[in-house]
Amino acid sequence: MIRSLRPWWLALALVLLLGLPTGCAKKSNEIVIGEYGSLTGTTATFGISSKNGIELYLDNLNAAGGVGGTKVKVIVEDDQSKPEEAATAVNKLVDQDGVIAVLGEVASSRSMAAAPICQQSGVPMISPSSTNPKVTEIGDYIFRVCFIDPFQGQMIAKFAKEKLGLTKAAVFRDIKNDYSVGLANYFTDAYHALGGTIVADEAYSEGDQDFKAQLTVIKSKKPQVLIVPGYYTEVGLIARQAREMGLDVPMVGGDGWVSDKLIEIGQDALNGCYHVNHYWEEDPNPAIQKFVTEYKSRYNAKPDGLAALAYDAAGVLTSALDRLRTEDPAAFKALLGPRNEAQKAARAKLRDRIASTKDYPGVTGRITLDAARNAVKPAVFVGIKNGKYEFVAAVEP
Amino acid sequence: MSPRKSRFARGLLWVAAALALSLGVDRLAVNWLNPYFYRILVLCGLNVMLALSLNLVNGITGQFSIGHAGFMAVGAYASAAFTVYAVPQLFGVDPNASGLVVVAPLFLALLVGGLTSAAAGFLVGLPSMRLRGDYLAIVTLGFGEIIRVAILNIDAVGGARGFAGIPRRTDLAWVIAGALATWVVLRNLLRSYHGRAFLAIREDEIAAEALGVPTTRYKVTAFVVAAFFAGVAGALFAHYTYLHTNSFTFMKSIEVIVMVVLGGMGSLLGSVLGATVLTALPEALRFASSERLIIYSLLLIVLMIARPQGILGKTEGKRGK
Amino acid sequence: MQELFQQLANGIAWGSIYALIALGYTMVYGILRLINFAHGDVYMVGAFAAYYIASATGAGGAGASLPMALLVLLGAMLACALLGMLIELLAYRPVRRSSRITALITAIGVSLFLENFGLRVFGADPKFFPQLIPPKRIMLAGGVMVTNHQITVVVVSILLMVALTLFIQRTKTGKAMRAVAFHRDAASLMGIPVNRIITITFAIGSALAAAAGVLVGLTNPKIEPLMGIMPGIKAFVAAVLGGIGSVPGAVIGGLVMGVSEYLVVGYISSTYRDAIAFVILILVLLIRPAGLLGRNVAEKV
Repeated sequence: MIRSLRPWWLALALVLLLGLPTGCAKKSNEIVIGEYGSLTGTTATFGISSKNGIELYLDNLNAAGGVGGTKVKVIVEDDQSKPEEAATAVNKLVDQDGVIAVLGEVASSRSMAAAPICQQSGVPMISPSSTNPKVTEIGDYIFRVCFIDPFQGQMIAKFAKEKLGLTKAAVFRDIKNDYSVGLANYFTDAYHALGGTIVADEAYSEGDQDFKAQLTVIKSKKPQVLIVPGYYTEVGLIARQAREMGLDVPMVGGDGWVSDKLIEIGQDALNGCYHVNHYWEEDPNPAIQKFVTEYKSRYNAKPDGLAALAYDAAGVLTSALDRLRTEDPAAFKALLGPRNEAQKAARAKLRDRIASTKDYPGVTGRITLDAARNAVKPAVFVGIKNGKYEFVAAVEP
Repeated sequence: MSPRKSRFARGLLWVAAALALSLGVDRLAVNWLNPYFYRILVLCGLNVMLALSLNLVNGITGQFSIGHAGFMAVGAYASAAFTVYAVPQLFGVDPNASGLVVVAPLFLALLVGGLTSAAAGFLVGLPSMRLRGDYLAIVTLGFGEIIRVAILNIDAVGGARGFAGIPRRTDLAWVIAGALATWVVLRNLLRSYHGRAFLAIREDEIAAEALGVPTTRYKVTAFVVAAFFAGVAGALFAHYTYLHTNSFTFMKSIEVIVMVVLGGMGSLLGSVLGATVLTALPEALRFASSERLIIYSLLLIVLMIARPQGILGKTEGKRGK
Repeated sequence: MQELFQQLANGIAWGSIYALIALGYTMVYGILRLINFAHGDVYMVGAFAAYYIASATGAGGAGASLPMALLVLLGAMLACALLGMLIELLAYRPVRRSSRITALITAIGVSLFLENFGLRVFGADPKFFPQLIPPKRIMLAGGVMVTNHQITVVVVSILLMVALTLFIQRTKTGKAMRAVAFHRDAASLMGIPVNRIITITFAIGSALAAAAGVLVGLTNPKIEPLMGIMPGIKAFVAAVLGGIGSVPGAVIGGLVMGVSEYLVVGYISSTYRDAIAFVILILVLLIRPAGLLGRNVAEKV
């Protein structure tokens, strides 16, 4: 038996040998944080956007000297769009690389996989765009800087029913996407509670090209408004095909629509549609304009909602680090040191600073974290007219 | 002691040794390795179970199943549903319990997962009666996808949001025990009279049928046994990490296929080797992670052109060993 | 009733795409008994080739015109024909004498490679396919609304399929293709250059896939590197449904797939749209493995 098991041990030995060097090297004059995201796989485009947002923020920060003179280094790991890989990636970041905080992930299912590891090890985790309320319920080390589904679903329902005055809605959700399914469910509940009726509830899959079958069914049920709580990658096409079929009712969506690709693909089909936005693109706020311009020049595309949220997640983390540095220099110093009890206590204090984030001026709004560690910020509804955005309403939480 | 009794006693001794080994390794790993390496070992063990079980169908019986992830998914979700919905009622063991009291519920959950998956394996194996090679392959692919789509639509197990609330009960001891069990069962099966039947079907199905081997029955059996162990692996997986259908895509099936092919189709040891290498190596090569899939695909093509029998070849197919 | 006709019209338009892709599958299978897993990804490369050609020549949007659109189409078809020939030469020819499983795994490898290489080179973000022809709504009889793009798709598909059928039935090369599909070794003994015929088959099949890619880009102007996976699988099912190895079978199979998908979504449930392809596949393989028009290919010993 031993003889036949030998190759097994050999391979393991190989891994251990290869793994050791990477774990030991750690400069003690840098803050090391971790980031995990889907850089490959079916949702690679979202993971890459997030990575870009974080990268942009941290590069700017480091160029200006970092957190009070200490640079921030980010170790990025790919989770291949798979939940179990997200957990493995975070295990590596937390246990092997010894990061003091983690940023990630976009998809709630992957955040759910990784969060328990962060919680158990006492490493704060900030998710830029996971919207399932259960994510932050995992523990007090888990935060997010975005809306949660119940809030956004409620806002969309209110907008459709009260602002637009439409009582019969059709819901078109992405059955493969947890964000879309969650948001659709909460919208449906809220809309019913407000007295509206859902006349049709159809589904598509992310990556689909053709939606006419479902749109035909929706059209036959004569809705007054079409709610599409999905990502911009499909919404543009959905809008075009809806109009091509003569379904001309307004469409309303969530923050998953936020991207310049939306109008690039959807074009005139999106006129008369509305969606939740984190910011108002033409917002004269110099911080927002600076973000948009820098992102565009560096990555050849305007930032989408995920990049903006990731940018803010990095910002919230580093501003908390900065507050820790000024309020408790000893703890801040401990964060730069080895993984010991002092660092663990320091991470707990970092967690407290993150939890007390109030009115952080992000590009996605003034962010305050509430007791459930979710972001509290107003939802902006924008409308699309003649291929351009116009501000319609801001809904306070 | 009569021969039968002494064989039984010897068998018990081996089981005890296996359990001791599993627990021992687990204790060692917990104390000596950081959680990251511990996790890699667990994932390794699960992949070993998957690769071994797939090898029974693809390597030893010469069928072509490319939907193995589907069986894993069935086992995972069935066992998870059992633990979350049935166990509290039947045993009064709630998700927060830990220690010795969860051993029996987890074992039962593994059985539930394995048996449900075996039933699925039976359904998938049936068409093998009428279909050959490529067609059977596509049917298995189709099955894997149908399972995934079906699960996405069942709200009670979470659908696209994943199945939250499953207690984390698997540890390395369970996984090693599972891998050992899979290895022992398959090795004994292969060495037995039945093993020769499987191999005969692989070598020349028509001749085997002509010689009186009930080929359909064996083919279906291969699927059932393989599905059982894949299901148990899935069940262990479900009780270890967040459960979501994205873990059971066609890519997962392909990854298991690459493990089997790399190690050698027909060689059980090869599957262990392939699974270990292909679980550990990507971790060691994380710096090249964006090229990982390109490397995988090229590896597949080059392997098939240059050395289709994999590293260890079809060794178990030859006489002896 | 109007809804039914609308679903049928859309189903036929979409099914034509499946038919075009299915043709490539069926031709390659007929000749090599190989399921070319990478075919769906060749379709994707066709769409991207057209995208880059159109961007380079300014054929979209303001510069849209029929000659330019044709140029883009032909350019993409040529590019994919070359790609198909390259794949055959480098990946499939070396394993031609190996077992079926080996060949199938190789095909899976090629497919994965194209997808991930595409992700790397084209980028994971979806791209807007330039409007080669400005869209227009057209109202047909019975209140059914379609677009000029859909009509274009059906017309171009029909033209290509007719051209292919004429080629196979009337030309010497076509006859050679049929001979190789019937019995490779006998054809080789008759003096037919088998390797060249196989290469031509791949070229034609890939060109048709590219055409499908361009047409899809035209109607649904969003492309991304993983867009070939699902249509590839569904087109394969279509080829099996129609009778793999049969050219008219692929056409019928494609149309039936398209229409069934639409009918299932319309009258049963939209959540099972993807699964329906596989259910059809399993039913066909269990009930009538030769497909609707296929010869009795399965050995029954």
